[in-house]
Amino acid sequence: MRRVSSWGRLSAFPHEVIELGDRSKVAAELARGQPGIAYGLGRSYGDACLNPDGVLWRMAGLDRFIRFDEASGQLVCEAGVVLRDIQRLAIPRGWGLPVLPGTQFVTVGGAIANDVHGKNHHETGTFGDHVKSLRLLRTDGQEIVCGPAERPDWFAATVGGLGLTGLIVEAELQLRRVPGPWLDAETIAYAGLEEFFHLSEESHPAWEHAVSWIDCTSGNAVRGLFMRAKPAAGEHGTWRERRLAMPLVPPISLVNRLTLKPLNQLYWAMNKRYLGRRIAHYEPFLFPLDGIRDWNRLYGPAGFYQYQCVVPREVGSDPIREMLGAIARSGDGSVLAVLKTFGDRWPFGLLSFARPGVTLALDFQNRAGVETLFERLDAIVAAAGGRLYPAKDARMPRSMFEAGYPRLGEFLGYRDPGMSSAMSRRLMGS
Amino acid sequence: MRIVVIGATSAIAEHCCRLWVAREACDLVLVARDAAKAGRVAEDLRVRSPASTVTVVEADFLDTSAIGRLAAETAARPVDIVLIAHGMLPEQSLCENDLVLCRDTLEVNAVSPALFAEAFAGHFAKAGRGTLAIIGSVAGDRGRKANYTYGACKGLVARYAEGLEHRFAGTGVSVVLIKPGPTDTPMAASHRASGRRLASVEEVARAMVRSIDAKRPVVYAPAQWALIMFVVRHLPRFVFNRLNL
Repeated sequence: MRRVSSWGRLSAFPHEVIELGDRSKVAAELARGQPGIAYGLGRSYGDACLNPDGVLWRMAGLDRFIRFDEASGQLVCEAGVVLRDIQRLAIPRGWGLPVLPGTQFVTVGGAIANDVHGKNHHETGTFGDHVKSLRLLRTDGQEIVCGPAERPDWFAATVGGLGLTGLIVEAELQLRRVPGPWLDAETIAYAGLEEFFHLSEESHPAWEHAVSWIDCTSGNAVRGLFMRAKPAAGEHGTWRERRLAMPLVPPISLVNRLTLKPLNQLYWAMNKRYLGRRIAHYEPFLFPLDGIRDWNRLYGPAGFYQYQCVVPREVGSDPIREMLGAIARSGDGSVLAVLKTFGDRWPFGLLSFARPGVTLALDFQNRAGVETLFERLDAIVAAAGGRLYPAKDARMPRSMFEAGYPRLGEFLGYRDPGMSSAMSRRLMGS
Repeated sequence: MRIVVIGATSAIAEHCCRLWVAREACDLVLVARDAAKAGRVAEDLRVRSPASTVTVVEADFLDTSAIGRLAAETAARPVDIVLIAHGMLPEQSLCENDLVLCRDTLEVNAVSPALFAEAFAGHFAKAGRGTLAIIGSVAGDRGRKANYTYGACKGLVARYAEGLEHRFAGTGVSVVLIKPGPTDTPMAASHRASGRRLASVEEVARAMVRSIDAKRPVVYAPAQWALIMFVVRHLPRFVFNRLNL
């Protein structure tokens, strides 16, 4: 048994970790009869990838490429391949992943199971939109190859299916042409939500990536930085990977009620120097936190929650304003609050998170009383007809999940009874 | 670069190969007990570097004549690097109760790497150049109750490498012994109960490739293990024997 945490570091329960390293032996491992869940790089924040006292199938060793067709951009690989490795392989050959989440330390299997999105959702949709097919192994020995054109019902259940329809062993992805690793980026300061929405609208379709940082301590006087970027052709020098790391877990959270305001001010001050246009390498632009290894340790031994919701655009900016108000009043909040709009595409997956609307994501230190704030936020999200992101979640009530994901009933029919996680037991009862 | 990897399905070896082909097109010979698994490694490396040549050779790691033949055949064309990476890490308590497993462990981790090293050393001596890289372990630095069967093997490998280094001193042949600390490989991780941070395979492989480039005779990876093992080696018995290491 080994203690395993997810990215939020809220728990470290023992798990029976089974290392998968050879794709020809996966079926035999799954057939051993104990329910479990696949574990990639443990970047989901809550309990989607955990199964206390039970089995975890660790995918890190299943990280081989199988085929890459440079003419068509089709890549076949094992599910444990890390998105960073795909990028580093493909970009020099003029290809890239169409969807990249906020960290590139995510496996292909995890990206499919959580149907992740990126800062370019309005252009390219979610990760699942670019999966041509995948191979799923069920714990009863059945093998299912599915995709949007082949057994689409299984595909819809597996994309965003939180690993509960079986183990994703390999996938075929459609990459797209990119001119290189450089982005033409622009940072714009904004004040007020209306300005944010105006910038979001104005940025489509000319700017592929759009995201904003928002100072969640500013209350009603909303201020933030709007960051947008589009691919830039040509050579723009070299970029060197930074290797900073958070070397230890501090005894208390370094992000707390006392430091929250100064940290937000510091972030504001540091990023203001980027105001205006510049050429940026895609890694620091798309994955700013990947430059600090183990940054999640900042929140100390008790760990932290991430709260990410999406609310439909039709309801206007009121829910976002209400949430920001509730957060400012509570005295909690995060340094990296992210606000962005999603495009009009509905995702393929039955349980996929991203939908047309506005998404707000924040980190909260785990301390007594933070649940009261979450309940207040839940009420605002639910009233607006929105939903929470399971990949980030460690605490939403079952009712909130059921209300946010109306196709849950359909999904349950595709579950593999041998797949179970702390999250599936919490939100689906088994 | 022409590189021969013995035990090519080992996680560390596989990651070294990835680093090598990412730098330049290589001619890789992957030697493994399990040809199907090595085939999947080769497939991956070909995607990473279409210009590289990757061949898989299935071999019995304990058959002396097969080892001799394999070395002669692969060394028929000049070889730049031979990486000896195979190994197994059974639970110590199992070795204590099962002499067959104990013998297998000794043969796979100690006798077999020494035979491969010796076989290729002869060809390097004739060619007057080449780098022989062998994976040892911090476990080989001092016998400990937690893993002395495995540790003794790695101790033998270290002494063998030392002897080869002496033999080839002043020639174009270099010997590099890499001693990884606990690494997050499938081989090691299955035994690990603690939540202690393991070095990532990628990190260890990077240190190995760097050391092979620099032809450093003994390298700890990650580097802090040099200091830790210096202390462990020099602890007096009356202290060491009371520690639960």
